[in-house]
Amino acid sequence: MIEKLDYQAAGLISGLEVHQQLLTAHKLFCRCPAGLYTETHDGEVLRHMRPTLSELGEYDGTALMEFKTKKEIIYLLNHLNVCTYEMDDTPPFLVNQEAIDVAIELCLAMGMDIIDEVHIARKQYLDGSIPTGFQRTAIVGMNGSLPFKGRNLTVTHLSVEEDSCREVNDKGHRIVWRTDRLGMPLTETVTGPELVTPEEVRDAITLCGLVARSTGRVRTGLGASRQDVNVSVRGGNRVEIKGVPKAGYAVKLVHNEGIRQVNLLRFREELHRRGFREPGDLRLTPFDVTDIFQGVDLGFMQRAIRGGGRIFAARLEGGLGLAQFPTQPETTFLDELSGRIRVIACLDEAPVVLSGQVMPEFPAKHRVMERLRRKLRLGEHDDFYLVCGPEADCRTACEEIRLRYVDALKGVPQETRQALVGGFTTFERILPGPDRMYPDTDSPPTRITEARVAEARSRMRPTPWERFHQFGAWGVLPETTEFLIRRGGVTIVDAVVAMTGADGRVAAMEIGQRAKALARKGVPMERLGAAEWVQIFDLLTNGQLSREAIPALATHMARNPGTDAVTAMAHLGFGLQPREVWSHRLTGLSMEDYRIDMGDSDAKRLRFLAGRAMKELLGKAPAREVADYLRSRLTQEAGL
Amino acid sequence: MTDAKLPVIEREDPYQGYRGTAREALERYGIGVWSEVEVVNDRGSLFKGVVLPRSVTFDDLHIVIKLFNGYNVGVAADRIRSARELGYKKAHYKIPEKAFPVDARKKNVTLLGTGGTIASRLDYRTGAVIPAFTPGELYGAVPELADIANMDTKKLFGVFSENMGPEQYIALAKAIGDEIARGCDGIVIGHGTDTMSHTGAILSFMVQNSPVPIVLVGSQRSSDRPSSDAALNLMNAVRTAAECDIAEVMLCMFGPTSDNYDLLHRGTRCRKMHSSYRSTFRTIGATPLATVSRDKDAQGRHFTYLTDDFLKRDKTRVPVINPAFEEKVTIQYYYPNFNPDIIDGLSSMGYRGMVIAGTGLGHINKPLYPAVKRAIDKGMTVVMTVQTIWGYAQMYVYDTGRDLLNLGIIPMDNMLPETAYMKLAWVLGQTDDPAEIRRMLLTPVNHEITPREPHNGYLVLQGGLPEVEAFIGQHWK
Repeated sequence: MIEKLDYQAAGLISGLEVHQQLLTAHKLFCRCPAGLYTETHDGEVLRHMRPTLSELGEYDGTALMEFKTKKEIIYLLNHLNVCTYEMDDTPPFLVNQEAIDVAIELCLAMGMDIIDEVHIARKQYLDGSIPTGFQRTAIVGMNGSLPFKGRNLTVTHLSVEEDSCREVNDKGHRIVWRTDRLGMPLTETVTGPELVTPEEVRDAITLCGLVARSTGRVRTGLGASRQDVNVSVRGGNRVEIKGVPKAGYAVKLVHNEGIRQVNLLRFREELHRRGFREPGDLRLTPFDVTDIFQGVDLGFMQRAIRGGGRIFAARLEGGLGLAQFPTQPETTFLDELSGRIRVIACLDEAPVVLSGQVMPEFPAKHRVMERLRRKLRLGEHDDFYLVCGPEADCRTACEEIRLRYVDALKGVPQETRQALVGGFTTFERILPGPDRMYPDTDSPPTRITEARVAEARSRMRPTPWERFHQFGAWGVLPETTEFLIRRGGVTIVDAVVAMTGADGRVAAMEIGQRAKALARKGVPMERLGAAEWVQIFDLLTNGQLSREAIPALATHMARNPGTDAVTAMAHLGFGLQPREVWSHRLTGLSMEDYRIDMGDSDAKRLRFLAGRAMKELLGKAPAREVADYLRSRLTQEAGL
Repeated sequence: MTDAKLPVIEREDPYQGYRGTAREALERYGIGVWSEVEVVNDRGSLFKGVVLPRSVTFDDLHIVIKLFNGYNVGVAADRIRSARELGYKKAHYKIPEKAFPVDARKKNVTLLGTGGTIASRLDYRTGAVIPAFTPGELYGAVPELADIANMDTKKLFGVFSENMGPEQYIALAKAIGDEIARGCDGIVIGHGTDTMSHTGAILSFMVQNSPVPIVLVGSQRSSDRPSSDAALNLMNAVRTAAECDIAEVMLCMFGPTSDNYDLLHRGTRCRKMHSSYRSTFRTIGATPLATVSRDKDAQGRHFTYLTDDFLKRDKTRVPVINPAFEEKVTIQYYYPNFNPDIIDGLSSMGYRGMVIAGTGLGHINKPLYPAVKRAIDKGMTVVMTVQTIWGYAQMYVYDTGRDLLNLGIIPMDNMLPETAYMKLAWVLGQTDDPAEIRRMLLTPVNHEITPREPHNGYLVLQGGLPEVEAFIGQHWK
């Protein structure tokens, strides 16, 4: 079910952080190869992340600290793609200048001002996704814009940064990361919060992707570009939806986040209505209730007890039914609690948390619940939450429930949420702010001279909007142009037009539209580069090849790498014959099997005959001439 | 801040690190370091943030601004078209102090500071590391220490590891003597890692017969980063000082690069073997003394002793503090084409001792013999160690070695070159009698010479070999 939301009335605004891997030979701060992925490992390293003092303020032994220091982080290493830099056992080498150059080109494409002296900063992450505990990142350009739906979409800045690890699994107090992707150069393009509908978010993601692709210097394929979408509604707060893999997925995610925030604001009203205004109004008391649930036939509880764990109930005074407050279709505030507990208290056994209102059925439930109520001294307006697992984690969980309610008093907490299938999200971490960033004392700054910027400018290829204009003027459909930009076909069209004098529209149609159809049928069209297409179009412009024979010829060349166009033509028996020769072969052409019951007309008859003729004459006679010939024959026959 | 009312030039150090064009621009627009500014350049780009101090090693053309989004950028001074100060906020270098809890049941450990930052907090604006040193600061930074021992701290000096020298060694040895006399249960010395094993060696000679552990500790990744080894090293070092049975001068640093356990290395027998790895220190020609872990093992122990050949903790024992040091001692790393002038030069400059790190079993080439002879005749003590690091100087095996012995070079057996340097300086600081010098050098104080090298004392696994790959696949690197 899709709940409706009037985006304008809700004041929904959204901005993007588009991450794009760059096509460089090496990683950003070491000499490891970039883009070499492995699924096996030949070494493991164990680490912990210790929050540095200032981000927590004064240390008070909080549960957060406990959790963070007690999470075991395992890195899987393969000597083919990581060195001691990635493991934080060697300081960074000087920043990869190739990556800086690509970043400059991208900045210029978006009309940005290039930073005079690029400084590397560290952005702290404690989830272990980067072994140092921070990501090295640097702003290369700022103050740019993209032409978008008749207006300018602000691009606040572009930074170049190192990619993180890939998560293998995360269970309890142990998270495992694969390191092959770690350290690869990425750019992050940040737009202003100017997108006002989910559809605009989708289209802006597509546009940013096209800009990156148009440089020809970025990586493509799964995971090569990922976006974070920031969403807020009026009175809400910035929530970052992380890891949106495809533009199309953004629509539902943004919509649902809008709904979530509107509902959390309603929830705040409900809390206020019940007299919860200040953190002190929330009286949440944890109880160890293991004895009550000893022997109760609930699998998850018994597993926890057998594993040496405890069962805790947290009583919320005056909180009856609050956790059932809806946040999104099919989700309630209980899911908000569950997300935080799963990540921060490391309790991930389902159900992560139960509330008094949604206890599952089990034998002797009535008696057990009665004992529980007595132990908690549960009043008629009170509610309770149940968690189970290691005692320390249960205590952390109870505290986290309280903290989530404290956040709810203010409305929407700033956080990073992970995109899930189906357009939903779940808590990932507290949103890191500017106070998590500090200068990287290991790296000197890089001065970007005007000469270097000028050189980058001279290397630049036309931007997507310039391409749409250029190809549009030739009559090429925007979808075809988009496909050509995405797959790098634009430069092939450029080469073909420049070197063979072919008609731009024909080149774009054949290399874009028709090749796309072939690729969809499984022909490895990506094997054909500019050289191959120039050979094909040479034959076309020299009159040795008919246009309709191009797909067959290209298919043959794609399937047989190393075959040149002339050899391929010979292999396929192509070669334009004189009119007398091919027309002679059509003398026996008959209308046999023509189904008159399907409707009859001159045009239909002509199409039928032409289809039959071209089966025989593909590559030997131009289709247009064959059609003319057949038309005149039909006219003659009719006239007889 | 009251300074905000002051004109920029009257503030304390308003142009920190800025020179030339960049400084002129700051002056022109009336802004300085820690000014919150709005700067507009020739393309109309707006930079809002805080002006940071600039490293004096950087050029004089750019102004560094920490933008309010957290990133730093360098703005070319000659592209600035306008700039104004919005506010002023000087960095506040203060670590929150909390009284270190004292528990009468816990052991008392003294931390002596030499200058490294084993514990610290980070200044997020500059990336500067603010050292935590007093017990209160330490508790603020590594509160777990309170679970291990009661802490007292003394800051002896503030020098980088590479600037440690005789003056510091002597002061350190005396301070150790004082702390032992005051009855502490163990001593931890915070130290930079570059010369930590040098200090370990000299303290092994200057402080003998210690009743309690003396533990040198540092970090390979600075303590401001979440992945630092500093906190774990410090916790393990304090635990070692408080509870370990080994009353010797030791280094406590990561065993593997993983956050797993620390190794306790004997001060005379270890070396920094990697320029940046966490597990950089290795015991050479022997096994480490013990492992120490933050968590207890299955038997409820923090320590696993790898040998029982060590001086046991005994608070009744009286230490011998002997802080002698001759500064005119050198160490020379031999290489083909080593010029005899160097030895003659050192001799003429009055050097009294020279450690040679020779090739193979302890060799140098023939053209050097006359110069060595001249130096020894002039009174220089010349000793031989091996640049192979592992193994013994056995100069009787080849003619070359025998010739050198005849010249009067003293072979140092399997003493590490840096340890030999420290021992020679310490011995020459006490006597100039050749026989006594030779006797003292060759009489081991604490395993700097060992009579036997165990077969597992030389382990440099070669990656790539199937059996080694299988091994490292099963154990933390």
